[in-house]
Amino acid sequence: MRIPETRGPLSSALFTVLAQAPDSAGTELDALHRLAARQVAATADIIGHEDIQLALFCLYELHYSGLDGVSDHWEWEPGLIRVRRLLEEPFEADLRAAAQQAAGDLELPAGGAMSSDQVADVLFGLAGKDTGPSVSRYVARKANLDQLREFLVHKSMYQLKEADPHTWAIPRLSGRPKAALVEIQADEYGGGRPERMHSALFARTMRGLGLDDSYGAYVDAVPAVSLASVNLMSLCGLNRRLRGAITGHLAIYEMTSSQPNRFYGNGFRRHGFGADVTHYFDEHVEADAVHEQIAGRDLAGGLVEAEPELLADVLFGATAVMAIDSRLSAHLLSSWEAGTSSLRAAVPAAA
Amino acid sequence: MDQEAASSIVVCPDGPLIIRGEFEIVTPSGDAVPRDRKTVALCRCGASAIKPYCDGTHKMIKFRTEPPAG
Repeated sequence: MRIPETRGPLSSALFTVLAQAPDSAGTELDALHRLAARQVAATADIIGHEDIQLALFCLYELHYSGLDGVSDHWEWEPGLIRVRRLLEEPFEADLRAAAQQAAGDLELPAGGAMSSDQVADVLFGLAGKDTGPSVSRYVARKANLDQLREFLVHKSMYQLKEADPHTWAIPRLSGRPKAALVEIQADEYGGGRPERMHSALFARTMRGLGLDDSYGAYVDAVPAVSLASVNLMSLCGLNRRLRGAITGHLAIYEMTSSQPNRFYGNGFRRHGFGADVTHYFDEHVEADAVHEQIAGRDLAGGLVEAEPELLADVLFGATAVMAIDSRLSAHLLSSWEAGTSSLRAAVPAAA
Repeated sequence: MDQEAASSIVVCPDGPLIIRGEFEIVTPSGDAVPRDRKTVALCRCGASAIKPYCDGTHKMIKFRTEPPAG
């Protein structure tokens, strides 16, 4: 990914450090660490903080496609991992607080360990009471062409690498939950056909609306909360201790996807777009109705059967995605209802 | 050792039938029904808009596979 524009002292100091070779950046790295500690201590809302979320997004990106012009040796540089952990800890604490609020009075079945069916039941119950503001209904009925483009730009930060954060979990699982995750991911990655990868289908949808489909093209346009929704997945995917959370995340993601994707598809059809643009959404209506069953019962449920102590983290991952999604939805809808853009910077008109 | 079945059908509570393994889905006249994935979910509630596949509508209509508790 190209290096984004800075959003404050932290991202600015980070890019200065990354421009150098890891073994000659000692002084700047120490300064970055001190700056990060000060920033975090002075910030009440980490999830909504532009500078911190961008810095975290770029630190995670070193584990995905890398950053243009930045040495690959930075990925496991202990000094940089130290900075990442300094940002991750309060981010996770904020997420846990937001997740707890989203969970409300969650009732769990009485008695000891839960079966996989019971776990799936609880997750379906959570997904069913997700009554936050509905971006999908707005897209289906009201969104104008610019708003459709904005919607794709927000989603592009994840969808152009769709499924990648959850793939980190595969070697951390075994048996039934591992088989379940591999089965879902094989489908996400097109079942062996690169043109059917969900990220490739999303890229085609972007091109259909005249948008740049290169990864990270719009990183400067999306606000902190959009980056935070992806950072949540990277946090849970990259940390083995959070393997429960990443399965809960995927389960809720799939369980809240089929119907919204039908509405999204309808919104693009309403503007006269054909199957080349809507196929991404139509594919998800069918795929996610399969995935939600496997993710709820075999993946998250199977993991809890194998490691009952992970139940709390499964629920954390599930409710964290609900919390972040509803915050992002509220932002999109309040911007659109007010007739303003939900992006930080205007996106160039379609060619 | 028992031979594994070539395919299996998972009967999902309040949901679809998940079919994995080796199988064909055909129309009454024997033509193949378009299929894009190895493992599929077949509609069991009757309300899907993409039959024979499931689209999650069973959740909206509160489809139940168990008889109500008496």
